[in-house]
Amino acid sequence: MAAFVLRRLLIALPTLFVIVTLAFFMMRIAPGGPFDGERALPPEIEANLKAAYNLDAPLPEQYLRYLGGLLRGDFGPSFKTKDFTVAELILTGLPVSMKVGAGALVLALFFGVLLGTIGALRQNSAIDHSVMSLAIIGITIPTFVTAPVLSLVFGVYLGWLPAGGWHEGSLGALILPWIVLSLPLIAIISRLTRTGMIEALRSNFVRTARAKGLPEPVVVIRHALPAAITPLVSYLGPAAAGLLTGSLIVEKIFALPGIGRYFVDGALARDYTLVLGVVVVFATAIVVLNLIADILYGLLDPRVRYS
Amino acid sequence: MSTLETPGGGRGRLIEEAARVRGRSLWDDARARLLANKAALSSLIVLGIIAILALFAPLLSPYGYDEVMFDRITIPPDFSRAHWFGTDGLGRDLFVRTLHGARVSLAVGVVATLVSLVIGVAYGATAGFIGGRVDELMMRVVDVLYALPFIFFVIILVVIFGKNFILLFVAIGAVEWLTMARIVRGQTISLKEREFIEAARASGVGTFAIIRTHILPNLLGPVVVYVTLTIPQVILAESFLSFLGLGIQEPLTSWGVLISEGAINMETAPWMLAFPAAFMAITLFCFNFIGDGLRDAIDPKTR
Repeated sequence: MAAFVLRRLLIALPTLFVIVTLAFFMMRIAPGGPFDGERALPPEIEANLKAAYNLDAPLPEQYLRYLGGLLRGDFGPSFKTKDFTVAELILTGLPVSMKVGAGALVLALFFGVLLGTIGALRQNSAIDHSVMSLAIIGITIPTFVTAPVLSLVFGVYLGWLPAGGWHEGSLGALILPWIVLSLPLIAIISRLTRTGMIEALRSNFVRTARAKGLPEPVVVIRHALPAAITPLVSYLGPAAAGLLTGSLIVEKIFALPGIGRYFVDGALARDYTLVLGVVVVFATAIVVLNLIADILYGLLDPRVRYS
Repeated sequence: MSTLETPGGGRGRLIEEAARVRGRSLWDDARARLLANKAALSSLIVLGIIAILALFAPLLSPYGYDEVMFDRITIPPDFSRAHWFGTDGLGRDLFVRTLHGARVSLAVGVVATLVSLVIGVAYGATAGFIGGRVDELMMRVVDVLYALPFIFFVIILVVIFGKNFILLFVAIGAVEWLTMARIVRGQTISLKEREFIEAARASGVGTFAIIRTHILPNLLGPVVVYVTLTIPQVILAESFLSFLGLGIQEPLTSWGVLISEGAINMETAPWMLAFPAAFMAITLFCFNFIGDGLRDAIDPKTR
């Protein structure tokens, strides 16, 4: 077990390294720089600026310096948001993004498993079909349609919830982003659960549980459900990636001060360090979640060997 | 040969009977099952209608997709003036723009998926066929790329290459090939070891014939299913980028661009959001049903 975790970590670190390297050089191939504006800067000033941010050094040297900084936890200064380091920007945004993402994940797991189980228990009934149609709707209606529509209906017309903004992280401000982010995940999780549940309900151990006279709810919840949702664990990594992608849209539409919006704005403004910083944070999150998923999978399914 | 002789009617009748029985290949079966699937069949029809509408868009309305009419700004659906979906903030006919958006979105979906298909099949088949160290290394690369949320990759690519229409196809396709590579590799490896391949080889079938008659049909099933599921993902990805202002540029349009404009004007002109969003949702809906139907049809075990 320990050896397995160690080996996965040994794979995870090079993965992060490659991601940082790719992102670093891809950003630099892009034409333009952080100091391009409406008016061209006088060459002397531009040279000074570049020297101040160490952009005049050869690219390999800049790269090594950046890596060295990362190892010490130094993400460098932001080129565009003056007087802020990237670490400071990320530290202010990350709690917001995490609160939004974690809430959406919990919501998605709860409703996804619930709907999927209901669908499987009433397989091919009207309830099953409507649940699965809802699931497909969840996949096909993109976040950037549901977000403004819900914001308009509940925020403006009904006035039940704030239409946008952070409001110091109050519950009301979080509900709509949670719902919007979790809808596509609910769709996928409910489909996965339904498939797993149908398979589990047909298996021998469920027949045994029924044969020995256990009431149906116990059979479903205690015996079938754990087997049915085990495959969900390996969906954790992709789910996290989906949440991060969705956060770009949701943070923009609901005007939330998370780190998703830094990415697009930063890439457009050639704020190299900020973009790289966000990539590092996101990639770390995904790598860590994949690792947790692998470990959990082994704990839940004893047939999986840590090799 | 002589074993075909049977007491009652003899060889001639057997051959005659065999000629009357129409052989059914794997694909005939699959097609029959697909056409029997009502959801998939109606999805195919609806998708066909949307594609035809998109193709003949210029013939269906008197207006051009970039024709600005300042006396007709943001009017709701109006049948008397042939603005069936209303107009947008620049007085452009939304019906024509939605169908032109369909052209772009469908084209991006198909072309980018083809790019991902070519890269993914070549990469996955190579890794699966060579095996060993090479396979391990190649798949490790895929694992690494998987860990990067793909949309970030595309955003960086778009920033590098500029907001270029064709490069957008390639960029999305170049990122979407990962799952395809995994599927193809897995299939190739499992097929290589299967008994029927061994049997074919033992009975003297040539390598090329084995690939053509045994490996390819088995590879094709999962690939076709995944292609139909990739197209909607790509359409979503494109609209996502366009929504962020990184995709298709004016006056060209796509569903993403139209939805983005519609979301801004949602309160005053709800039709600007409703029509493009409905078209896109219906299209994605259809692709998903067709993909599910294909999977059931090609591999009935998974039902």
